[in-house]
Amino acid sequence: MLDTKPDEGYTTADGRQIGGVAMEMKNITLRFGGVVAIKDISFDIRWGEIRAIIGPNGAGKSSMLNVISGFYHPQDGEVWYKGYRRARMRPYQVARTGIARTFQNIALFEGMSVLDNIMTGRLNLMNAGFISQAMWWGKAAREEEEHREKVEKVIDFLEIQHIRKTPVARLPYGLKKRVELARALAAEPSILLLDEPMAGMNVEEKEDMSRFILDVNDEFNTTIVLIEHDMGVVMDLSDRVVVMDYGKKIGDGTPDEVRNNEEVIKAYLGVEHD
Amino acid sequence: MIYREAGDFKTSYAADNQTFPIRGDRVAYYLVIAFAFLVVPFFINDYWANSIVLPFLIYAIAALGLNILIGYCGQLSLGSGAFMAVGAYATFKLTVAFPGMSIVFVILLAGLVTAAVGVLFGLPSLRIKGFYLAVATLAAQFFLIWLFTQQPWFYNNSPTGMISMPTREFLGYPVTGARASAVSMYLFCLMFAVALAWLARNLTRGTMGRKWMAIRDMDIAAEIIGVNPMLAKLSAFAVSSFFIGVAGALLFGVYLGAVEAGEAFGIDKSFLILFMVIIGGLGSILGSFLGAAFLIVGPVLLKLLLVNQLGWPSDLAAHLEIMIVGALILVVLILEPHGMTALWRTIKEKLRLWPFPH
Amino acid sequence: MPETLLFAMEAAINGLAAGVMYALVALGFVLIFKASGIFNFSQGVMALFAALTLVGLQTGQIPFSHLINAIFGTRMHHFGFTLPTFVAIAGTVLVMIAFAWLVERLIFRHLVNQEPIILFMATIGLAYFLEGLGDIMWGAEVKRLDVGLPQGMSGPIDDLTFAWFGYGFFVDSLEIWAAAIAGLLVITLVIFSQYTKQGRALRAVADDHQAALSVGISLRFIWVLVWSLAGIVALVAGIMWGAKSGVQFSLSLIALKALPVLILGGFTSIPGAIIGGLIIGVGEKLFDFLLGPIVGSATENWFAYMLALVFLLFRPQGLFGEKIIERV
Repeated sequence: MLDTKPDEGYTTADGRQIGGVAMEMKNITLRFGGVVAIKDISFDIRWGEIRAIIGPNGAGKSSMLNVISGFYHPQDGEVWYKGYRRARMRPYQVARTGIARTFQNIALFEGMSVLDNIMTGRLNLMNAGFISQAMWWGKAAREEEEHREKVEKVIDFLEIQHIRKTPVARLPYGLKKRVELARALAAEPSILLLDEPMAGMNVEEKEDMSRFILDVNDEFNTTIVLIEHDMGVVMDLSDRVVVMDYGKKIGDGTPDEVRNNEEVIKAYLGVEHD
Repeated sequence: MIYREAGDFKTSYAADNQTFPIRGDRVAYYLVIAFAFLVVPFFINDYWANSIVLPFLIYAIAALGLNILIGYCGQLSLGSGAFMAVGAYATFKLTVAFPGMSIVFVILLAGLVTAAVGVLFGLPSLRIKGFYLAVATLAAQFFLIWLFTQQPWFYNNSPTGMISMPTREFLGYPVTGARASAVSMYLFCLMFAVALAWLARNLTRGTMGRKWMAIRDMDIAAEIIGVNPMLAKLSAFAVSSFFIGVAGALLFGVYLGAVEAGEAFGIDKSFLILFMVIIGGLGSILGSFLGAAFLIVGPVLLKLLLVNQLGWPSDLAAHLEIMIVGALILVVLILEPHGMTALWRTIKEKLRLWPFPH
Repeated sequence: MPETLLFAMEAAINGLAAGVMYALVALGFVLIFKASGIFNFSQGVMALFAALTLVGLQTGQIPFSHLINAIFGTRMHHFGFTLPTFVAIAGTVLVMIAFAWLVERLIFRHLVNQEPIILFMATIGLAYFLEGLGDIMWGAEVKRLDVGLPQGMSGPIDDLTFAWFGYGFFVDSLEIWAAAIAGLLVITLVIFSQYTKQGRALRAVADDHQAALSVGISLRFIWVLVWSLAGIVALVAGIMWGAKSGVQFSLSLIALKALPVLILGGFTSIPGAIIGGLIIGVGEKLFDFLLGPIVGSATENWFAYMLALVFLLFRPQGLFGEKIIERV
């Protein structure tokens, strides 16, 4: 059982200490015209945990992620972040509050090199003025070097040194996914949103990606929210899982609890696994 | 064997980030600059200045400006001709109103005025994209030219509807008006071209450039990773228009001396600059210069060949020129969307390995 | 009735006639855009080229005669015979179909999967090429085009309006014919797209490229088809404009006016193109009539674009377009 008091954390099975509530979704409802994508969903995300949102195609998982990153604005409900109710924000403003993400259909900047793509992750941390940039004097040049150093650390971490200067358009799918993760990590986010990080990958690539996700969580203590429909991977990776179906929440809890939840089994799994 | 990066190790990120990471390129660049400033002035005459060198330098500045907007930020504009006109008319009004003001300052101010107008017409880019935006910039093109030809305030009620540039000196030499010599006009324009190219390079290599390119490549993703689309797009419009405004100021003040907006800055000029950018290479500083050189020198050569050598009627040569330019645009877009710059890059890749390609 | 109002009404009716022209060019745009997503900037030049070809065939001009004369020092211009109008029109239609085929074969086949902005720039290149080609092929001088339509002030309208208001409106009977023929063209196109196999294929492609491909519709055939149709629409526009003001370069400038028409009407809507064309035609004439004396003349040069600009700010999808939901 998880404790239900908002400000105290819990300890995971492998002994990690999870903190208090980082973000709370309260009764979120999102409609597109007449179509209800998300129906009255509430859940929370705690500091330091790996939180998964699962569900079949069209369950509203991606829409939920888009609500978190400010791309969609729910008609009803509230998003609470770091203890405050979040006002309606543009996506770039949300990004500046320490939320970074990757995309289901890779959204890298195809015309730029891997290095430049990852450097874009740090845009919000760089603030040299226009004149300084135009003259390449003082702050702009200095800042560029400092941030390059940080980016190189991310590059080392994700083992993509060899493709640093390659144009992104030339990379194979698996590496693109990794570069996208690098771009999100470069922003040093408090919460990292991963939209189907393992979609379309082979077993080996999936294992690599799982390792990176665990390492990120472990090393930088980054809170991670991920969407997947590959059940096996999710159950191994995540601390707590929200299950969605047809825009409704049908389950929420540790992987084991979710696995044994009657409604989840009925609606999502069809038959009981293992 | 000379053109190599092997053995040219970088020990700092700054060295790795420099404009010309390969020593051969760096040397070539300094040689070209030295040649342009120290050698050309001794040989330039009126013919060369007026038919090739001045228009090349001025249009290179305009192409740089448009390239920042289209090539780096991905916002299509068909209003460059009118923005050049803004630069020209601002120069005219400012020189006449403040006879004592330094000409360099006047031209920079004219650039700033154009930047403001550019931002104004760039506002729709916040809601619309692609060819929708192209239509919005057409509004700028036709409306501004109409203003400059129909509202007498802009041309100080001159009976011909033309504006003409009085003589102004820079460092004691006249650079505008009838008394300006080919050398001083050349050096004056060269100074602007080099300074602005340097500025463009700096802006595109850092944070600003990455924001522009992020918007160009995928605007939604750019916004989600934290790029403010409004600031990114409007800054591109501002910088781009500044460049184009300065080019317009130089075209009017230094090169032509007297203009009428409809004739000198019509929609054909917008297309000319667009073609320079496409042929030279989208998203490339060097490409802007190559494209400008190609479309300035090409027609001169074609005319020399067809009209002077073969004796064709000049209108036929002009039509052939239009046809060739159009075909060229198609060929470039089909074979090499990054234009002459990409060709240049391929040659360099080959050279790097020469003479042992394996 | 006060005189100003009558003059304004007359201006509006004449604007309606100009609007028909804009609508015709816009129609060509919509056809190509719907089927291929290409924003064809060269539509206006196609109208010019078609009209030049028609005059050339009618009067028996030798194609490229200026070029041949310049190279070989000859002095030939005409074959010495003339063709009946309907034969010349049929010949021009064939030329426009050949043009459509060449455009698909040589250009757009090689630009599949490129971004829309690249395709758009390619059509600007095509417009320049075609303009140069038309001039070299048929000569650049202003030509008279006569396909046998009545011209001059329309008597019945003059009489009718005089009887009603005591002031006879001046309306060119050519413009009444133009409107009628444009209407006929639209009806034909609608019948074609509703009741023929090719028409259904066309609508399928416009609706969903992938799905259309998967049921075996040849995209290449469709592209040639729409470019041919756009060529025929261009020919009609070229005839109307050419008969009124002669075949000359200004014809290709009406293509630019068609762009704001599309903004108003939406890029994929045929009724939108027509209504948009009429609104702009009437709007610019009325604006010039009412405000021209105050702000300065020749406001027609920019009115359409500014109207489109204002429109873009408030309703980017046009009058009839659908609102786009963005996804990531």
